[in-house]
Amino acid sequence: MSLLEVENLKVYYPIRGGILGQVHNYVKAVDGISFSIEDGKTLGLVGESGSGKSTTGKAVIGLAKITAGQIRYQGEDITNYVGKNRSPYRRGVQMIFQDAYSSLNPKKRVIDIVAEPIRNFEHLTSKQERKRVEELLDIVGLAPENVLKYPHEFSGGQRQRIGIARALALRPKLIIADEPVSALDLSVQAQVLNFMKDIQQHFNLAFLFISHDLGVVEHMCSDIAIMHKGRFVEVGSKNQIYHQPLHIYTKRLIAAIPNKNPSMREEMQRVRERVAMEYSLKRNQYYTKENRVYDLKKISDNHYVALP
Amino acid sequence: MAEKELLRISNLVASFSINGGYYAAVDGVSLQINENEVFAIVGESGCGKSALALSILNLHNKANTKIEGSIYFKGRDILSLGLEELNKIRGRDIGMIFQDPLTALNPLMIIGAQIEESLFYHTGMNIGERKKRSLELLTQVGIQSPELTYHQFPHELSGGMRQRAMIAIALSCKPSLVIADEPTTALDVTIQAQILDLLRRLQKEMKSGIILITHDLGVVAEMADRVAVMYAGQIVETADVNEIFSNPLHPYTKSLFASMPDAYRNARKDQRLPVIEGMVPSLLNMERRGCRFAPRIPWISDAAHEAVPQYHEVKPGHLVLCSCYKNFYLKSIPRRVSSSTLR
Repeated sequence: MSLLEVENLKVYYPIRGGILGQVHNYVKAVDGISFSIEDGKTLGLVGESGSGKSTTGKAVIGLAKITAGQIRYQGEDITNYVGKNRSPYRRGVQMIFQDAYSSLNPKKRVIDIVAEPIRNFEHLTSKQERKRVEELLDIVGLAPENVLKYPHEFSGGQRQRIGIARALALRPKLIIADEPVSALDLSVQAQVLNFMKDIQQHFNLAFLFISHDLGVVEHMCSDIAIMHKGRFVEVGSKNQIYHQPLHIYTKRLIAAIPNKNPSMREEMQRVRERVAMEYSLKRNQYYTKENRVYDLKKISDNHYVALP
Repeated sequence: MAEKELLRISNLVASFSINGGYYAAVDGVSLQINENEVFAIVGESGCGKSALALSILNLHNKANTKIEGSIYFKGRDILSLGLEELNKIRGRDIGMIFQDPLTALNPLMIIGAQIEESLFYHTGMNIGERKKRSLELLTQVGIQSPELTYHQFPHELSGGMRQRAMIAIALSCKPSLVIADEPTTALDVTIQAQILDLLRRLQKEMKSGIILITHDLGVVAEMADRVAVMYAGQIVETADVNEIFSNPLHPYTKSLFASMPDAYRNARKDQRLPVIEGMVPSLLNMERRGCRFAPRIPWISDAAHEAVPQYHEVKPGHLVLCSCYKNFYLKSIPRRVSSSTLR
């Protein structure tokens, strides 16, 4: 039994038009994806902007309305349960947001921000609560004296760590991290990534790691799903995705990563030209007539590719 | 290879007035850019790279900025020019590509009119010629249907298309120097690859110099000929691109390169990235004496630093600030979560 199983998840947004505002079409943000996450593992969800990766994260945690599909948490179907407060699911699954500036309430002090989930689920005296918050701050590497400060007094990396402390407050089993480091500088990014790995080991946390940065995903995730047009085009281990990509979209994406070795410049250019050529010639083989991504097909043990 | 010098900046200091005092964001930068060369300036946010770029075109708000030093563009001191003279250079001889095309483009003007604007000011073209040239430029930057895009507003275009339109504006008068401030930061990787490819191709065609400002080392490796690394308002290391990637010397450069996760390099066994302790000092509380990186590498003894850091020429063209690079080594940072916090 996996920690989280998502089956055929669909999130459609209606497009309304005309005088009566009738629904005449849908934006298929997420269009039938299935995946599962095991305890303590990281699944990387990669895609370009508009691919539906953030919507997937939001749907799993209950911030986006699910059109169809099923979500099971520890074997229990929670698809229609998500909206209800105080369920074990709400405790067990937490989220880290991309923008640490807008995800922390500027009018609240750190203690109120971090303690909010605790107040929702546990009844602690203010002394116990303060102690818990100080512990959490210690875990994320912030001094306990910071509890009475406001978010604007911190740098970007520190804010992101406050967000992580808040996500850790209820000892969750799964954290959905939506582009957790893309707003951060390189050196700060390294701090946050290391730290996420540490807490993963210590609390046996599972991550759904959503990112567009293929370098970061390579560092963080053992399994990767590539998303395009609301569907998975390729799912596999890190090695399979980076070294034996089979879908043309994955190939393009991998070839587009800037190579950090200047002497490889010409070679990369040749690879890119080859992939671009292949893309223009064989594109039709990888998409249906309606320009939809095919269903996933099993290639090897844990390597799935969307092929006809 | 004797390259022709395009831009020479000597001892540039750009300071901003904050609460009555002036604080230098760019502090004594000297560099030289040749024709037909891509010169990358790398650094984290707050290290002064954008402030440097804006100083070259004197785009800072005059009321609260003080710029000292000298900037020679093709032998002319552009800091001493009046506004009228300067406006003749802006857009015509020096083009600028901004980071966020949505804020840099005028939302109320169609793309075509925005490209024609600089043609109107800098060339003697009539309406017909201007339109023809704009369409030509749009085709050049790889826009599929230039006629359609010409009449569109910025909000009707995707991010990649907007950035292409920006590049078309910057290149409209065939400038000999292009300043690109984080040109691909807001874009997806596949679009980024296309834009970089486009810049590379146009640069080869027009033989102009490019100042590429970025924090993305991958972009630097793909594009640059020479690289300068900035930290706290100073250039801490300059070298050509192969040299700096194979032999980074300054502690900051070394730490920065080590802390980048890389899809092409095999992951380290322990799966931990070396990090730089602390953070980039803010303008207000920056120590302006001695080696500015010293507080972030406390395990290196004070004796290793110079009291007044000098540039050391390690190899021809490879300059490193301060002598501390000789004794520097990367330190692994202990785990943040100790087992005692586990319950």
